[in-house]
Amino acid sequence: MPRLVSHPDEVKIVTRRFGMGAANIDRYIELGGYESAKKCLEKGPDWIIDEMKASNLRGRGGAGFPAGLKWSFVPKQSAKPKYVLVNGDESEPGTCKDHLIFLHDPHAVIEGTIIAGLAIGAKTGFIYLRGEYRYLLKIMEKAVADAYEKGFLGKNIFGTGTEFQIVTQTGAGAYEVGEESALMESLEGKRGVPRIKPPFPAVVGLYGGPTVINNAETIATVPHVISMGAAAYAAVGSARNGGTRLFSVSGHVERPGVYELPMGYNLKKIIYDVAGGVRGGRKLKAVVPGGSSTPVLLPEEIENLGMDFDQVGKAGSMLGSAGVVVIDDQTCMVEFALRTISFYQHESCGWCIPCREGTDWLKKSLTRFHAGFGEAKDIDNIQYLAENILGRTFCPLGDAAAMPTIAFVKKFRKEFEDHLNGKPCPFAKHVELAVV
Amino acid sequence: MSAETMTLFSPRLAARFDALVEKYPVRRSALIPMLLYAQDEVGYLSDAVIAEVAERIGITELDVRNVASYYSMLRFKPAGKFNIQVCTNISCMLRGAYEVYERFQQELGIGHKGVTLDGLFSLEEVECIGACCWGPAIQVNYDFVDEIKPELVPGIVDGYRGRAHEATEASDA
Repeated sequence: MPRLVSHPDEVKIVTRRFGMGAANIDRYIELGGYESAKKCLEKGPDWIIDEMKASNLRGRGGAGFPAGLKWSFVPKQSAKPKYVLVNGDESEPGTCKDHLIFLHDPHAVIEGTIIAGLAIGAKTGFIYLRGEYRYLLKIMEKAVADAYEKGFLGKNIFGTGTEFQIVTQTGAGAYEVGEESALMESLEGKRGVPRIKPPFPAVVGLYGGPTVINNAETIATVPHVISMGAAAYAAVGSARNGGTRLFSVSGHVERPGVYELPMGYNLKKIIYDVAGGVRGGRKLKAVVPGGSSTPVLLPEEIENLGMDFDQVGKAGSMLGSAGVVVIDDQTCMVEFALRTISFYQHESCGWCIPCREGTDWLKKSLTRFHAGFGEAKDIDNIQYLAENILGRTFCPLGDAAAMPTIAFVKKFRKEFEDHLNGKPCPFAKHVELAVV
Repeated sequence: MSAETMTLFSPRLAARFDALVEKYPVRRSALIPMLLYAQDEVGYLSDAVIAEVAERIGITELDVRNVASYYSMLRFKPAGKFNIQVCTNISCMLRGAYEVYERFQQELGIGHKGVTLDGLFSLEEVECIGACCWGPAIQVNYDFVDEIKPELVPGIVDGYRGRAHEATEASDA
């Protein structure tokens, strides 16, 4: 079972029940569970959406779109059934927070899904987990079955006459399916390629019906927003960034782990205080702040950097999925760039040419370059290729490949140059990376 | 052929399938889970499995193949009884995943997507499996094994070798 970590600066809201046996429904109820859903049944959709808006809860999948606003886009009247879709495809390298939510607090996901359903007037919610999370799917399936047993799901939830059903679904291995429209395609039994937008899912989504899609962390946060009250939740975070965030801190730190910290918490403190500093007392070279698709930051860029969507955006990167990947001074950034782009090349669904061909060429160029066969012009060419993927694809995967690549070249140009003229990689361990 | 007379699926899998298709507004939504569950039981997506899934869903075999080829966990050839999947993505790489992967290659004498002669093990270098804070991490079938060091590899392999005669645990209980 994955190791749980703790730090005094943590504000445990979403992780409050971790390690307390809350996967058991009776225990969950004992710990205050399902009270938020009952409250929402009393208060009604408008109140829920107002609370969600006031909470400043922003999408935890990476884009940071305000959840309450997203819910308010769903039309009240719809000829087609409406749906809630929970995105548990967690695949952004550096991110493993939903893993712990499904493991320790599956009922929070169910309760959040019920509340989202009440808010938009949906009768069905789908909870989609990546295929690799089979043991977590079993935990979710058990939790859903228990909730049916108690009458918290079904045709008459909590005895109120309201209907709400939940269906769990497994993926079968695909990063791209974490993109909302590709996720809907996958749930409809198709290849996970993105749909053109507009129409947005709130209007035409799953099975053609209005659909709200939220990340599992967002959904698991919802019951806490209701129980704490929107104002109290918002007050925990920074301006326009309500509450806490589950930071997956990985890589070269002494104490990697998932830490729940208030939005706006300083990145330098995350690395040096919370996660115990760079492993072995080495120097920090760089940090990827929000999952592998977010542009890398240099030590001097994180001095006063508060980790919320707006501040990280202003610093030229993104908070993304809050996967903080810490890189020490013994790491070859060309190799790191190559491994990053190899992932996007592998995961590109092939639908749009700039992404399909661009990631392939980037991988080829970087492989050659890292192996010592690069030419000076390749450095600019890599940047040029990435810049020409940017903004030219249906879905954000193209950008996810391009943005970090541009940052690697711009911020570590010297390291690229050190690989020129047949010089061996100064850090070389794996000159030829295996092709995945 | 009729699915009732020529089924490849165990009664449990067939029942699961029948329950699954009822859960969605469209039957086809059961396709991806069904392919994975069938693979868990049969070992891979053989022509016969594809034909049966196509018939049960009510779509063409070509359509099934088109979808199946998209998903990296679905395979068209048998894997080992224990499929060792080593994540080498960035978080795991920084903590030595390639050293772990190389050690598995040496220990098993196979490379990426290789299968040992006795059919017991297969090896795969895989993308992020969502265990970044506990890396380097691997999955053996669906089991996660966290915080692996190269020197732990022989013990892991031996541990699974000792379970060679157990019923295939990949099939989902």
